[in-house]
Amino acid sequence: MVSRGLSRRTLLQFAGAASLPLSSGLFAGAARADASTLTIAYNVNLPSFDPTVGLSAVNPTIQSIYQSIFDPYIAQAPDLSFKPGLLTKWGWNDDKTKVMLEVCQGAKWHDGTPVTPEDVVWSLTRAADAKGGNPIQFVWSKVGNYKIDGNKITGDVIEFEPTLFKWMAFLTGYVLPKAYFEKVGAEGFEKAPVGSGPYKVDAFERNAFLRLKAHPGYWGPKPAFETVVFKFVTDSTSRVAEVESGGSDVTFEIPYEEFDRLKAKPGLIGQTEPVSDIAMIFITDIDPMLDRNVRLAANHAIDKKAIVDRLLKGYGVPISTLEAPGYAAFDPSTKVAYDPELAKSLLAKSGYSPEKPVKFTIQTTRGFKPKDYEMIQAIVGMWRKVGIEANIEVYEIAQHFELRARHALAPAAFYNWGNAIGDPSTSTGFAMFGPSPHCAWKGKDLVERIGPLWGEKDEAKRIAGWKAVDKYIAEEGEVIPLFQYVQPIIHKKGLKLVPQANGMILPQLITPA
Amino acid sequence: MRWGEIIKRLVLIPPTLAGVGVIVFVLLRIVPGDPIAMMIPPGASAADIDRLRALYGLDRSIPEQFVSWFGHVLSGDFGRSISLRQSVSELILARLPATLELALVATLIAIALGLAVALTGVYFRGRRLEWAVDGGIGVFLAIPDFLWALILLLSFGVLIPLLPTSGRIDPQIDVSFRTNFYLFESLLRGRIDVVGALLSHMLLPAIALALPFAALIARLLKASLSEAEDQDYAQIARARGFARPAILLREVFPNALIPTIALGGVQITLLLGGTVLVERIFSYEGIGNMAIDAVINRDFPLIQGLILTFAVLFIALNLAVDVVVTLLDPRLRHG
Repeated sequence: MVSRGLSRRTLLQFAGAASLPLSSGLFAGAARADASTLTIAYNVNLPSFDPTVGLSAVNPTIQSIYQSIFDPYIAQAPDLSFKPGLLTKWGWNDDKTKVMLEVCQGAKWHDGTPVTPEDVVWSLTRAADAKGGNPIQFVWSKVGNYKIDGNKITGDVIEFEPTLFKWMAFLTGYVLPKAYFEKVGAEGFEKAPVGSGPYKVDAFERNAFLRLKAHPGYWGPKPAFETVVFKFVTDSTSRVAEVESGGSDVTFEIPYEEFDRLKAKPGLIGQTEPVSDIAMIFITDIDPMLDRNVRLAANHAIDKKAIVDRLLKGYGVPISTLEAPGYAAFDPSTKVAYDPELAKSLLAKSGYSPEKPVKFTIQTTRGFKPKDYEMIQAIVGMWRKVGIEANIEVYEIAQHFELRARHALAPAAFYNWGNAIGDPSTSTGFAMFGPSPHCAWKGKDLVERIGPLWGEKDEAKRIAGWKAVDKYIAEEGEVIPLFQYVQPIIHKKGLKLVPQANGMILPQLITPA
Repeated sequence: MRWGEIIKRLVLIPPTLAGVGVIVFVLLRIVPGDPIAMMIPPGASAADIDRLRALYGLDRSIPEQFVSWFGHVLSGDFGRSISLRQSVSELILARLPATLELALVATLIAIALGLAVALTGVYFRGRRLEWAVDGGIGVFLAIPDFLWALILLLSFGVLIPLLPTSGRIDPQIDVSFRTNFYLFESLLRGRIDVVGALLSHMLLPAIALALPFAALIARLLKASLSEAEDQDYAQIARARGFARPAILLREVFPNALIPTIALGGVQITLLLGGTVLVERIFSYEGIGNMAIDAVINRDFPLIQGLILTFAVLFIALNLAVDVVVTLLDPRLRHG
């Protein structure tokens, strides 16, 4: 009989067990309230701890985590300017045949051993090794034959690379511990990474969370939070839920509509900052884009401000070149105006009109960037009014990379381009220089103009040269720059967060208000 | 199904898996998306790209690549993940227990709910409550698991924030596990606090997975119960004065259970498939969540390993269901 088997005690035991998750949930809420812990709902997973090799090393989104654990050679201020990091001084000799570096004294690895110039040289040499797997090896290999004198290092320039020191602040530009890495090997390093950054790894659950503890031997300012938790919450709805429920203190990269809703709530603060990431449309040098009138018409027909205002709720900065405000070669005098009448007249010169439109395909992602597909729909609508009939083809980001590498993109293809070091070589340069595997416009006109700038030693002349190239591209309509992205950040009241122009969310720069 | 047929099914497993392997391997290389294109550095030359392709063995012909990969698979080596740069076997073995535990808890919830709803519906046959039960089953069947995940996330994560909305365990809890079966291990070690923490994280994704499955169980079982209750043996028992609840539970239910297990059991594979999106929404660290990243990154070795793992699970589950049905149904045991 059921009634005999189910005693009051048993019932109470069942009830207790059933309530366990709820009580645990409440307990978890209490744990989250711990003032010494900062929890960040992060938008991507961390695939690998080594910040210098493999696919994740060149993923800009992961760099916030790397910069919490590892020190870059050179640090970067929130406005993209450079400042001393593990290197206190850096520069070229007069004829730019040597680099000179000075290593900070007193820095320690997470295992307590000192950071030495040997570590710096080993890291640079490893990065330059063609077999080492560093994706930016083509930059690091341009200097070699390093010599150490005290805390000073000199190296011979094999081929002048004007952006060398800028790379030292970003992708793969990290110092790793020579002795520890050689002792444990690459596999051991993945299991127990050691850096010299403000935080050390305490616990890691792949695809779930990374828990960091403040590094007591850190050479820089002591971080405000003893414990930092990066929760890997890749779905934007879930990130909104995380911060709204109090499960996380900070999140970012959420839909702008949600951002506006959340920032109006008591207890939450919203911050926005234009970041070094732009939306653009690649133009491939195939028919009908070989016609200058079509390219220029496609440019002039787009009302970028209306797109930003209506689709992105004002969170975006319209741009005319691939250089956004804040980049080294940004030139406000180069402008591509919204002028549908001009677009119509240009198309008329080539025999096109709204009744007899020029036809081509535009490729776009859907859901990869905020409102990407909707934006392209709006652009196609604007084009239709002037005499361009574009067929939208949706592709995955992996397909975009493959097609771009094979020079097989459609005549127009939407993409976003990040440039965290703000140098023109890493925006206009790689996107528009024919021999680059990332370039869609392979025209000789640009190869001839950009080619000499790669090795230009006079910095002022180099930047002026890139500005001239950007002006030329705008006049020829060889790419369609759309706007600079604005990063929405939501955090709890009681925190002070310094937004970074490179889009990083650095826990060491988050403090109690 | 006779035991002989089960043995035949066992024999067919290796060729089935080999077939899955061939299809997945070839499809991945035919569909657009190239893992090498995703990792080409900005200044790479054609030679650099070729070197990178050779490094991952993608410079060889598809048959050559397949023979090399399959040879390693036979020795238990699924290769190295391109994006995570670790052994695929180790990565899958580390995450699979999380998915299995989640699927098990979801299945238990679904069975409990399905049984309760089906028995209620049959008990109130022909009355208004039965219509309500049928309507409810229809609604729960119509809403897919990932939508339930979002509804639950917003309801119990945001509106009434009772439960955590991400991860498998609270990051503040310090426990060193010996296995990756956190829930079973915590139960065995008597760590009730950790069990609670794990269940609190698991509850929302498990319910999201369970609800459509529970509705399916309820529909199948209710139909079987109704049919069985109309059979002569049930009518005779009733005529002899036995109470209806007793007849339903003791006489009708065991007979109705067999077709429900046979039809519903194989649907557990759908529940397992649902973990891909549900784990993603709740940032749960199982192989479903990992599969999405692998596809985005076109991580061929990891995708191949994950699909083979799912295939093994599906085959094992189907076989287990057949064995259970055979054990329960003497007609099948003895032909």
